[in-house]
Amino acid sequence: MSAADSRVATSSQTVGPFFHFGLADNDALGCMAAPDAPGDHIELRVQVLDGEGAPVPDALIELYQADADGRYAQADADTPGRFTGFGRLPTGPDGQCAFTTIKPGAVRSAAGNQAAHVNVCLLSRGLLRQIYTRIYFDGDPDLASDPLLALVPDDRRDTLLARPAPGEAGVWSFVIRLQGDGETVFFDL
Amino acid sequence: MPDTREVARTQPPLLYPPYKSTVLRAPSRPLIRIPPQFADLAAPVFGHLPIGDLDNDLTRQHAGEPLGERIVVAGRVQDEDGRAVPNTLVELWQCNAAGRYLHAVDDHPAPLDPNFSGAGRTMTDSEGRYRFVTIKPGAYPWRNHPNAWRPAHIHFSLFGTSFQSRLVTQMYFPNDPLFPHDPIFNSIPDEPARRRLISQFDLELTEPEWALGYCFDIVLRGRHSTPFEERA
Repeated sequence: MSAADSRVATSSQTVGPFFHFGLADNDALGCMAAPDAPGDHIELRVQVLDGEGAPVPDALIELYQADADGRYAQADADTPGRFTGFGRLPTGPDGQCAFTTIKPGAVRSAAGNQAAHVNVCLLSRGLLRQIYTRIYFDGDPDLASDPLLALVPDDRRDTLLARPAPGEAGVWSFVIRLQGDGETVFFDL
Repeated sequence: MPDTREVARTQPPLLYPPYKSTVLRAPSRPLIRIPPQFADLAAPVFGHLPIGDLDNDLTRQHAGEPLGERIVVAGRVQDEDGRAVPNTLVELWQCNAAGRYLHAVDDHPAPLDPNFSGAGRTMTDSEGRYRFVTIKPGAYPWRNHPNAWRPAHIHFSLFGTSFQSRLVTQMYFPNDPLFPHDPIFNSIPDEPARRRLISQFDLELTEPEWALGYCFDIVLRGRHSTPFEERA
């Protein structure tokens, strides 16, 4: 049977270590919101660590978020490029990459009001398929009523929190621990 | 719609020790299933990813022609209900005919080709079809286990219509003798699913006196399809 006859999704395979010239040659994808986009402009640093706590220097991070009003960018938006809500960067030798964006607003959905969050899709050598997580913001009063966090065991919720970088205004840090102590919560979509 | 058990067999597990890099990188805790009402997110908007005229022809991105066997790779992108996925971004990247990537970390002692970068992108047409012209990639060694070689492959990346339809995969070529020895290929439990990653030689796509054609059709997850694995 060829794939044309199949109703089963094509199997995933790892992005491998050599994706940079194919998927990550465009630094502009680190900027998810132009300087004039409304909202609280922030730098969002994402670091990936493996099961031994070592930095993962060859991961690809994709972020996808709503704007300051909690709305996702539309294909027919009248201000294209101002707020894309999508970012894609490779991690560096320190396992880290930094996006410039705005703090998203709370998102209204069929499931109720969700606290401000950034959706994460993570690919890397050693991951045979992508994994998903979410970044919430430490101190957000909406966290307590977020319906998705309610599905996460209490003792693991803090793995989904970005925290303000000490001494750096407007900078938030999020650490993804792939495995082991403090393993980040990953989601099946 | 396929049942969950079938999906679990057609997608690779996160931990697959024969592929050594999974051992310290695969999450060990169960994934938490997001109910569809949370996850109903359209795919990102890519207005800031312009596509150039030659981005789907990897043999015309430099002054001269690359070395190797010129090929056409084309196919149709559809969802699990058999509907075409039009106007979606398809990105690919690959090594050259000698098995070398244009990448600082690739130290395989095979030559780089000044006329080949190995990256391409295109959008599917109104019927979900895409087409690339490229060079057949070579096999190359890696250090996963003694005398380990990857079968020739082209990496593909697609977004589809929703956040969960994201797919990154690899397309292989028919009759590769390395298949039985490749843990990445064999990480997929289901044999027919593995076979669907192998492109098919296609005389219709073959251009007379110019290039062999290979067909690679792709199925993306739908917006409310089943999760990767059954949860206890």
